[in-house]
Amino acid sequence: MIKTKARPDEVLFRGLTGAFAVLVIVGVGAIGFELFRQSQLSIKEFGWQFWQTDTWDPVAGQFGARPFIWGTLYSAILALIISSPVALGIAIFISELCPDWMRWPLVFLTELLAAIPSIVYGLWGIFVLVPVVRQLEVATPDWLRSVPLFSGPPLGVGMLSAALVLAIMVVPFSASVAREVLKAVPQAQREGAYALGATRWEAIRMALFYARTGIVGAIMLGFGRALGETMAVTMVIGNNPQISWSLYKPQYTMAAVIANEFTEATDDLHLHALIEIGLVLFIITLIVNVISRLFIWSMAAQRGPRAARPATLKAAA
Amino acid sequence: MRDWYRRGLSHLIVGLCGLAVVLALVPLVLILFYVLTRGITSLNWAFLTRMPAPVGEPGGGMANAILGSLIVSGLGAVFAIPIGIISGIYAAEYAGTRLASSVRFAADTLNGVPSIVIGVFAYGLAVLPFRQFSALAGGLALGIMMVPLIMRTTEELLRLVPTSLKEGALALGATRARAVFTVVLPAALPGIMTGILLALARIAGETAPLLFTALNNRYFSTDIRQPISTLTVQVFTYAVAPNEDWHRQAWAGALVLVAIVLTCSLLARVATARMERLHRGS
Repeated sequence: MIKTKARPDEVLFRGLTGAFAVLVIVGVGAIGFELFRQSQLSIKEFGWQFWQTDTWDPVAGQFGARPFIWGTLYSAILALIISSPVALGIAIFISELCPDWMRWPLVFLTELLAAIPSIVYGLWGIFVLVPVVRQLEVATPDWLRSVPLFSGPPLGVGMLSAALVLAIMVVPFSASVAREVLKAVPQAQREGAYALGATRWEAIRMALFYARTGIVGAIMLGFGRALGETMAVTMVIGNNPQISWSLYKPQYTMAAVIANEFTEATDDLHLHALIEIGLVLFIITLIVNVISRLFIWSMAAQRGPRAARPATLKAAA
Repeated sequence: MRDWYRRGLSHLIVGLCGLAVVLALVPLVLILFYVLTRGITSLNWAFLTRMPAPVGEPGGGMANAILGSLIVSGLGAVFAIPIGIISGIYAAEYAGTRLASSVRFAADTLNGVPSIVIGVFAYGLAVLPFRQFSALAGGLALGIMMVPLIMRTTEELLRLVPTSLKEGALALGATRARAVFTVVLPAALPGIMTGILLALARIAGETAPLLFTALNNRYFSTDIRQPISTLTVQVFTYAVAPNEDWHRQAWAGALVLVAIVLTCSLLARVATARMERLHRGS
């Protein structure tokens, strides 16, 4: 780096651009603070009870948010179970297996999948996916029905549809991060494996092992996305606050209840209860994101060659 | 382990990876197919130029919503571009400092905050104090979401500009500010514009943060202090309403949205490819 003498204009430049940088940092803090401030009524009224009870009845002034937490976590975890193998497969295919000419079209297509607005996924979910899921549910044989996982009315809308839509939406995120991570694995790792007589998969396994923390990070980043996803889930999950293992029953998520009830919340307590849900959603996604970034960064910091993106690698160090 | 087993396993895994690609592309094709076939039949001139018809009457369009989306996204851009670019300049210029890594971290964090939470934040900031839903509040919400995207692109592209350019300017006696604004930034500008375009495309498709900031408006409005209709919120309202004609219009709206996103992504792709070729050439 070039060292210049600290002249007044240099100080001014640094100060002004720095002020904007500080603004961004303060902004993130302000989100947490503002949500906390606006949910005081609910926090004072219910305390921890808010997260331990199941009754959500705005008319009676009863607010228990446990079903929403359950719905959010359950749908996101299901989505993760479906999407992770697919995302990993894509990342491996693009970074290790596919011929050069196929690479950028594939990257472009997965990016496109990420670029499609959530509302379009929701629309497609309601009118195309939900009817298919309903038929699937109707066709479920009775003996399978007795398993709690597949019990419940064949409505189409419900946990299964939500998990499927979420999985489709999350795949491109996890895949693109996992691809970056694999790109940062030194070529020597693979060459060493091949030199010892490894098959293709064995060489890939070496690369995967080398990149393991980064890949966990990539999957967690997708998890964070799934937790906060709103529109598509709202449209297909059925919006019924109940805690159940069933894939067929309609349930509810934190983001969905905010989207549905916010403008209808007439009294302050209801509004504050909704904002408290927002606050907790903020905190949960914050934690998930920070952990996943740490994973990805620690992976990049392991020192690969300056392959992939120098900026990201340097940012890690 | 026997050889045939190892080779077989390898082939199997390679095949599974290919299958994963197909599995992910199937929904993409299906979504594009349905949006195109269902949207195209309802997309006509009236849809783009007319106002929504009164409840119960068929026909009408989303002219106000399309304009509203442009206004709200534009407001977001006006808010986010200066903050994003200048904080990006800091992160690139003073890359080693603690503040730079903090702002990078903050931007990545902000990028991961669910859009609905940003909406609640903007509600508390710009709706509650004035007791008034407004296009401005919607623009604020979208702007907050754009900042980290623009900042990270700016930073990465500024770092790609060869240091010799800046060193040349400094050697000629330019101040740091001058070197950055007249030499480095212009060199990176095409890429930054591409990044802004992509951010705009992403933001134009957002619904959740607008639900209770910009709200909705059945009438034509360009007043940024009033509630405003947007394409995404309108599609949502129509999609969940029990009305066949509205469903048709929701598909048409989705088609318009997808067309916008697709065009922006393609443009950005082409621009990036050209730039990469330029960089490699030099």
